[in-house]
Amino acid sequence: MIHSLFLINASGDIFLEKHWKSVVSRSVCDYFFEAQERATEPENVPPVIPTPHHYLISVLRHRIYFVAVIQSEVPPLFVIEFLHRVVDTFQDYFGVCTEAAIKDNVVVVYELLEEMLDNGFPLATESNILKELIKPPTILRTMVNTITGSTNVGEQLPTGQLSVVPWRRTGVKYTNNEAYFDVVEEIDAIIDKSGSTITAEIQGVIDACVKLTGMPDLTLSFMNPRLLDDVSFHPCVRFKRWEAERILSFIPPDGNFRLLSYHVSSQNLVAIPVYVKHNITFREGSSQGRFDLTLGPKQTMGKSVESVLVSSQLPRGVLNANLNPSQGTYTFDPVTKMLSWEVGKINPQKLPSLKGTMSLQAGASKPDENPTINIQLKIQQMAISGLKVNRLDMYGEKYKPFKGIKYMTKAGKFQVRT
Amino acid sequence: MLDSNKDSLKLEAMKRIVAMIARGKNASDLFPAVVKNVACKNIEVKKLVYVYLVRYAEEQQDLALLSISTFQRGLKDPNQLIRASALRVLSSIRVTIIVPIMMLAIKEAASDMSPYVRKTAAHAIPKLYSLDPEQKDQLIEVIEKLLADKTTLVAGSVVMAFEEVCPERIELIHKNYRKLCNLLIDVEEWGQVVIINMLTRYARTQFLNPNMNESLLEEGNDKAFYGSDDDEDEEEDEKDKKAEAPAMAKRKPYVMDPDHRLLLRNTKPLLQSRNAAVVMAVAQLYFHLAPKAEVGVIAKALVRLLRSHSEVQYVVLQNVATMTIKRRGMFEPYLKSFYIRSTDPTQIKVLKLEVLTNLANETNISTILREFQTYIKSMDKDFVAATIQAIGRCATNIGEVRDTCLNGLVQLLSNRDELVVAESVVVIKKLLQMQPEKHSDIIKHMAKLTDNIQVPMARASILWLIGEYCEHVPKIAPDVLRKMAKSFTNEEDIVKLQIINLAAKLYLTNSKQTKLLTQYVLNLAKYDQNYDIRDRARFIRQLIVPTEKSGALSKYAKKLFLALKPAPILESPFKDRDHFQLGSLSHLLNAKAGGYQELPDWPEAAPDPSVRNVEVPEWTKCSSREKRKEKKVEKPFYSDSEGESGPTESADSESDSASGLESGSGIEESGSGSESEESEEGSESEEEEEEEEKDKKKKKKELKKPVQESESEQSSEEEVRKHERKNKQRKSDSESESDEEDDSESESSRSESEDSESETEVKKKKKAAESKPPSKPVKKEKKEMSLLDLDDFEPAPSPQVTPVNTFLSSSLVTDLEGLSLSDTVLSPATTSPCSALKSYELLHRITGEGLCVEYCFSRQPFSPDGNMVAVQMQVTNNSTSDTKNLHMEDVKLQSGMRVKEFPEIELLPAGESATAVMGIDFCDSTQAANFQLCTHTRKFFVSIQPPVGELMRPVFLTENEFKKEQGQLMGMNEITEKLTLDAKCRNEHAIVQSVITAANLSRVPCGSDRECSPPVPPPALPVHRFAGRTVTSGSLVLATVASKEEGAAQLTVNCEKMVIGTMLVKDILLALTQ
Repeated sequence: MIHSLFLINASGDIFLEKHWKSVVSRSVCDYFFEAQERATEPENVPPVIPTPHHYLISVLRHRIYFVAVIQSEVPPLFVIEFLHRVVDTFQDYFGVCTEAAIKDNVVVVYELLEEMLDNGFPLATESNILKELIKPPTILRTMVNTITGSTNVGEQLPTGQLSVVPWRRTGVKYTNNEAYFDVVEEIDAIIDKSGSTITAEIQGVIDACVKLTGMPDLTLSFMNPRLLDDVSFHPCVRFKRWEAERILSFIPPDGNFRLLSYHVSSQNLVAIPVYVKHNITFREGSSQGRFDLTLGPKQTMGKSVESVLVSSQLPRGVLNANLNPSQGTYTFDPVTKMLSWEVGKINPQKLPSLKGTMSLQAGASKPDENPTINIQLKIQQMAISGLKVNRLDMYGEKYKPFKGIKYMTKAGKFQVRT
Repeated sequence: MLDSNKDSLKLEAMKRIVAMIARGKNASDLFPAVVKNVACKNIEVKKLVYVYLVRYAEEQQDLALLSISTFQRGLKDPNQLIRASALRVLSSIRVTIIVPIMMLAIKEAASDMSPYVRKTAAHAIPKLYSLDPEQKDQLIEVIEKLLADKTTLVAGSVVMAFEEVCPERIELIHKNYRKLCNLLIDVEEWGQVVIINMLTRYARTQFLNPNMNESLLEEGNDKAFYGSDDDEDEEEDEKDKKAEAPAMAKRKPYVMDPDHRLLLRNTKPLLQSRNAAVVMAVAQLYFHLAPKAEVGVIAKALVRLLRSHSEVQYVVLQNVATMTIKRRGMFEPYLKSFYIRSTDPTQIKVLKLEVLTNLANETNISTILREFQTYIKSMDKDFVAATIQAIGRCATNIGEVRDTCLNGLVQLLSNRDELVVAESVVVIKKLLQMQPEKHSDIIKHMAKLTDNIQVPMARASILWLIGEYCEHVPKIAPDVLRKMAKSFTNEEDIVKLQIINLAAKLYLTNSKQTKLLTQYVLNLAKYDQNYDIRDRARFIRQLIVPTEKSGALSKYAKKLFLALKPAPILESPFKDRDHFQLGSLSHLLNAKAGGYQELPDWPEAAPDPSVRNVEVPEWTKCSSREKRKEKKVEKPFYSDSEGESGPTESADSESDSASGLESGSGIEESGSGSESEESEEGSESEEEEEEEEKDKKKKKKELKKPVQESESEQSSEEEVRKHERKNKQRKSDSESESDEEDDSESESSRSESEDSESETEVKKKKKAAESKPPSKPVKKEKKEMSLLDLDDFEPAPSPQVTPVNTFLSSSLVTDLEGLSLSDTVLSPATTSPCSALKSYELLHRITGEGLCVEYCFSRQPFSPDGNMVAVQMQVTNNSTSDTKNLHMEDVKLQSGMRVKEFPEIELLPAGESATAVMGIDFCDSTQAANFQLCTHTRKFFVSIQPPVGELMRPVFLTENEFKKEQGQLMGMNEITEKLTLDAKCRNEHAIVQSVITAANLSRVPCGSDRECSPPVPPPALPVHRFAGRTVTSGSLVLATVASKEEGAAQLTVNCEKMVIGTMLVKDILLALTQ
């Protein structure tokens, strides 16, 4: 399956290589560099590149290309999904997955990769198991040295992998037992010029942070499970009970994990939390354009809209923008032509606006395309679909855990066409 | 530093070395120094040394050999982890000399106790194979062995090994197919992907095309195209579906193989996986294998994946694009999910566009076109060009919008961006070719554009158009040519060629006006730098300008140039991709990748499905299988019973259970003879068999009912004989009883339960009471036993302790009621009795060539070995000749299972029956036991698979004990289901009866209130509790049925073994709701 892995940074240096079978020369990456040159944008590098003897499958995360070399037929998603899992694991271990972090922890990275793949086939990818095998660097390595000297550390590996619940470490102990669940919903929407919604849907996830002693068995039930249309579960969730009773029943992994991601059925109308009034024009013949943007809250169910960030890719012809925000700050990058405006909180009494002029390249004709406006925002304590957790129960352990549920709504891919 | 004594220094050194390796620097000089440390105690150092070793061993083979002995030692380590990692490293060292050692190690590890080590062995197989392909045969043996492994841990890895080493040996999968399907959901996600892909291929070779009927209809000629062509037909199918419907009825109905169905059913939940690769694998499985009506389920899951990382989107969209060509309807509801956002990378945009285009039809085209209009304004020019192409394709595919599209495109001609205009021109040209007559004004408009457009491809297209349709624009064409002639020298080559073409065509149609111009152009071309153009000019001049020398060809010049040209077809680049398995690398690249296994075509006729039969429960399969040959065994029933069974009984377990049974029916004879008879003997009757074939599965439930009537005649004779026999038997039974311990006691009580419904229930209670004995003195038991045996109906003056006692008496009352009931209903019309012992068919009369074998779980302890389940077999010889030497052979079992064979039956005369008892230790699993049944002439392959309820034995618990135990089996071990009781089984008896029929549990006497007043009025909301232990491991199994108002009830099962618990819940649920 996966022969080798190369990590390539933004400037095109191969800064880590790992081989699971015979060594593949790093010159194979030249094909990748070629493809990279051909693609105008970094994300346009094709994920799968055929070369005469190998195939390169790459993912781009955190401005690092993870290039896997394979030699024969294998489902490409298999490799892509695995590479993403690798990145997630690194992030889990080091907090960030940057070139510097990887270089600093190169030995841990190597050990991880060694455990995650055997002969190119995934072996242990659950972060709970990996953490039993290889302590995250936060724990003093000297400590680890002394512990690993004894054989019982070795014993721990199979227990995790062999148990019925391979995702959970054994022997978990906490003094404070707590379980937090974050229900985060994202609105994906496309709004057209006139302000009507072209498409809008809600995608949600429930991220959990569970720190409970022993082997707790949790059930989570919803007030309105019918809202959930399409769901995908962490492997710990018992599918049968969901089918039968619409209850999430599971033995959680230890630590942070994504319990569930869901899609809210499309029958429900999606409430769009903000509206945008825009007027972006370029006049023929003059080298000036007008830019006028106002934001306002729409259906927010009384909550305030926070952390609003507006960004827009302006036409190539725009040289500079001279704008005046009523609140927040804006930046315009003359190279990428990216305008971004940090609005912050929307005050319904005093709507934020951004007005001003754009200067165009002298002599160039007026750009005939209109920029789209991307909006990011957050609304705390509300799930826009109306999803509510009914209760969380724990079985199998005696103590009383501390439970918490947080709701949040965000804008996902929220675009306004102009 | 490596030579230091301190581990910390070594560690530091190794870390630096590993960092060097990671950066790609050569560290091979250090090999000798590093290899020394392979035996280091410190695990981290060791691990790093392994890393190093695996990396450089290939280059330094000799030195690497030094480390081998360490690993060999590791292979023998008691710690499974160490064994596994030793094997892992050993097999990763690519040194040819150690191939034999590796082979040995793999073989050993493949039969290791620990599944983790076996998994590692499975991983090692492809490593060894790539090192030395000569070992293939031996490796296949190992793979075969590991495929039979039933742990989820191993399954994924071994299938991966199978795929790498011997994907062509599909026959190895047969026996494991069902197991793999069933385990699938518990396998780790990466294994799931591999298994699903493999099963897709497998299913393609083994099952019939579920869409075959439809495709058959499409083309008159049948078989030829099941596989390869049906895809093409499907698209049409889609449209013609309605028309087809009536016609379909005439076709022979397609029945899906249950195994095919099993695969589809078991993979479906995996669409919910968080792993995109798994979802994709299931999606392709459904696409390739499911009936058209069911494929739709995958759309939602695939659309969900579009939320993921862009690489995932890329792959998914590629596959969706292929699917949309064949099954457009599937994704139509999700049209909007494919709308394009300005932030998508270009490659994603283009793919989405592709999907949108494929999805376009008459109803949604207007929305799609409106979307396209926005896209055209995008800043991303490549994307705009792709959009214009897409519009062109929509226009060709959907006639109604062709004009709209054309108008839209014409408007684009005034776009300021050259690329857009050029692309539009090219597309318009293609569209015009389809119906040029109506569009001369567009052509005129385009002619004007020649002044402005600079993009050569577009200019060339315009010129070609004008030339081709010069008759529609007779005035403009010469003018254009005039302008072009003027600028000829400055044009690109491609344009020049078209100018020459235009000139030639005009010369032919309108030579008066253009003769000079043409000459001029040709002259210019004659001296062009490009030889292509010079050649063309020379050629055309010869062809069209009449000279004395001009040959015959020039007469046909007009035909040559102005022939009607077929319109180009704009089609999707994904058109032909679906001959690759979806989701595969080859599909993505549209080229065969190394190691790609072609997806086979559907077979024309299904291969024999019986090859997968190993584990099949008898009652679902065997009757229809030819291969089964038969034979069974038994204890001579009629003639020999006295002589043989008497002596054996006391000593031998088999006869025990048999006699127990018989004694049971013996008793019953006094009360309700015929009924019990039927339940026992009914299985032999022919009607039964027929019925079995029909409703196979239903059987589980009320096996006997329908048989009875038909049987009554037959049974009446038999009855007489039997009763005689049984009486005798009973005597001997009771004689020997005194020797037997509690075994026989529970046996006898158990056997009684065969009676009528109500009776059974009561008896069970008794039995429950009796099985308490572990704690009681043996003597008491005996008394009680004889009591039971001799006379059921008298209130027992049992000396037992109160709870049991009162319980007994109360139960006896009900017992009596039950009996009287059954007495009155005794007539042949009796419908209700549902024997406590269900019998299953082992060998059908027809397959067995007259020999018919049925088996039931007699629920008596198998005395030679307490861990075995007693299986009682009833052998009937329906043939005309005697059967001799009936015995079993060649027992094939899952690891851990054991079988105690029944003694050989020497002679079974024609028309006679006999019973035999064997013991099987199922290891608390529902895996089947397979063996051959041999007679003196034939061998029959048969298998016995236990329902989960038979894997336990009843234990007696008091209510308090029960609650206490239940308290300890909470959480994962508890499974609760809500149910609605069937109208027929709302009373207490019925509930108890159903549960006990479904599982070999004993009832827990409930409520202290009962003790004081024997015929208790049932409490308002009765709770029934049942207890048992699994036979092999003795894990406690507790079941509670709490009934509520209106037939609602709640079933709770607590069991240490979750699998057993889950299956039990299912069975009991079924029993209670039917």
